[in-house]
Amino acid sequence: MKIDLFITCLNDALFPRTGEATVRLLERLGHEVRFNPAQTCCGQMHLNTGYRSEAIEIMRHFIDVFESSEVVVAPSGSCVAMIRDLYPRAAEWAGDHELQERAVALGKKVFELTEFLVNHLGIEDVGAYYPHRVTYHPTCHAARVLRVGDAPLKLLRKVRGLTLVELPLADQCCGFGGTFSIKNPETSTAMLSDKIQNILSTRSEACTAGDNSCLMHIGGGLSRLQSGTRPVHLAEILASTEDEVFA
Amino acid sequence: MSSGGIKPAETFAVAAHETLNNSQMRRNLGRATMTIREKRLKAVAELSNWEEIRTQGAAIKDEAMAHLSEHLLTLEESVKRAGGQVHWARDAAEAREIVAKIALAHQVKEVIKVKSITTDEIELNGGLEAHGIHAIETDLAELIVQLAEDRPSHILVPAIHRNRAEIRDLFRKKLGVKDLTDEPKELANAARTFLREKFLHVKVAVSGANFAIAESGTVCIVESEGNGRMCLTLPDVLISLMGIEKVLPRWEDTAAFLQLLPRSSTAERMNPYTSFWSGVREGDGPQEFHLVLLDNGRTDVLADEVGRQSLRCIRCSACLNVCPVYERAGGHAYGSVYPGPIGAILTPQLLGMHDANANTLPFASTLCGACYDACPVKINIPEVLIYLRGKSRVGKGADLESIAMKTMAWFMTDAARFGLGLKLARVGQGPFVKDGVIHRMPGMLSGWTDARDMPAVPKQSFREWWKHREIQR
Repeated sequence: MKIDLFITCLNDALFPRTGEATVRLLERLGHEVRFNPAQTCCGQMHLNTGYRSEAIEIMRHFIDVFESSEVVVAPSGSCVAMIRDLYPRAAEWAGDHELQERAVALGKKVFELTEFLVNHLGIEDVGAYYPHRVTYHPTCHAARVLRVGDAPLKLLRKVRGLTLVELPLADQCCGFGGTFSIKNPETSTAMLSDKIQNILSTRSEACTAGDNSCLMHIGGGLSRLQSGTRPVHLAEILASTEDEVFA
Repeated sequence: MSSGGIKPAETFAVAAHETLNNSQMRRNLGRATMTIREKRLKAVAELSNWEEIRTQGAAIKDEAMAHLSEHLLTLEESVKRAGGQVHWARDAAEAREIVAKIALAHQVKEVIKVKSITTDEIELNGGLEAHGIHAIETDLAELIVQLAEDRPSHILVPAIHRNRAEIRDLFRKKLGVKDLTDEPKELANAARTFLREKFLHVKVAVSGANFAIAESGTVCIVESEGNGRMCLTLPDVLISLMGIEKVLPRWEDTAAFLQLLPRSSTAERMNPYTSFWSGVREGDGPQEFHLVLLDNGRTDVLADEVGRQSLRCIRCSACLNVCPVYERAGGHAYGSVYPGPIGAILTPQLLGMHDANANTLPFASTLCGACYDACPVKINIPEVLIYLRGKSRVGKGADLESIAMKTMAWFMTDAARFGLGLKLARVGQGPFVKDGVIHRMPGMLSGWTDARDMPAVPKQSFREWWKHREIQR
């Protein structure tokens, strides 16, 4: 399958290893991965912070870039949720029905990585090897907007060497919320401290998730506390083998 | 302290700064919401057609709202036919005066109240006090809040932030009950002794309304304690205040809501007391009935195509109980009688999106979506929050944030500019990076690094890695 990668702006800028891992994983599974360098960002931060017209401009750019793709895969539940769920809404609010139709059509072929592997391709064992104790945090938009369900857990359970430890109160938000963590840092920290407490209670070496935005938040707290537990994107675990370790 | 109202005195962030540090409240609230959450999930799982009933509930409310003026006129006609009187109030002040005038006409010094957030919305107690009339809350939790001169912090459980020991001390002091322990039974008995005397002697009662049925003029109140039933049946005069969005066209419409409401609010299959009454009946119950229909910003909310779904709300409080922000910051941080996720969309809209403090409420959410899953009438709260964030910016001048956001949008609408932006960020972060991590960020970003590290921009972006790989191939 010819897969267009939407790397997302955050991964592009701050977490290139996640991108490399996604490419390596999909290629290992026999797919052709393409990266259109014209891509930038999905516009989620602007829409969610109230900058609707700026978000629409970024969204237009995104649709222009990816409209002709066969299938688009992104290692981020949040960005895919923006495209699938909020693009049509934002276009509707702007009263642009043509854009709305284009957004709906594109939304049908954009997938979050784990839902793509498990629900779309029907793969659970990707041949990964990761000999570590790991806990999994289901990110809110993947869980409640995309309804990826236990797709990420199915993948993790098939990773050789990996010890999966259940995270208590896993479905609770970590408190990131994009600019929420900037505008309401104290409430955000209160949520983060509970999340971290639960993560540390699992005595895991790594906390994994399908979104580097949430992981940046969780990891920022884990690092500040010198906790010794590291954040690792799921793609990096799934791409890791005996020969090549991603994280 | 304020007795209610919907105008926040501060921004959410400022108000939350105080409440977050109240460790007793955090513990009370954490325990209480966790318990209600689990119970609700069980109660909802019992019904295999829960999703269908939710859809039905939303559809009934939408239909009722689409023909609101017709239904309200029908309701007025039906109530009058049944011997009741109907009053229309444009805003809180008008509603307060209507209620006060009725009470004054009966020359009373006291009125008893059924738990009602709408009366708190219009700050009725203060309004009546100004006319020398004391309103007595008869819902146990509302009574606790009133005696403590506190504010409600939850729609359904107004004293959720208080524990038994605090209530024992309060009752000892305010109800004069000596030797009181913190046993729930003893506490309830102390309140009962105080309230029974009021039920038997006070002549005027004030209530809210859960639903009002247009075709029959019937008003409905659901409750757990039976104190509401006392107020609705014992006094001579009953005044019910309801927001205009509470009207349902038909009797049969209540079927969906009497399933949705108790399971979502108290996690019960059916609430203990369900009262229906239509006007007055000679020799049975209050002989004078007044229905006050309150707008107070609701028609403006109705006029907004996206925001109007907020008016479907049946005040069950399920969204509060599942909200991670509410659980930590508590109800008082919202500065309105409508706290939590529903408050974050309702309060600013009722104030016409003109109140700067209320306009910070839509931002008091991580958009995690737990509220939307729990809402029995499928209000897409995250969607409305995002929509209102946009609406709150209308007419706002340039500030540091808007300049930063617009600049970022400029970088993000073109790949060449985006690539340039990445390089600039890498250079610009220089002074802040230590061992690949940023421990301190300046200005409005400092809140992040107060508690978290930030990863530094790495030497190579993904697009640079890709380009490099393509060349090597």
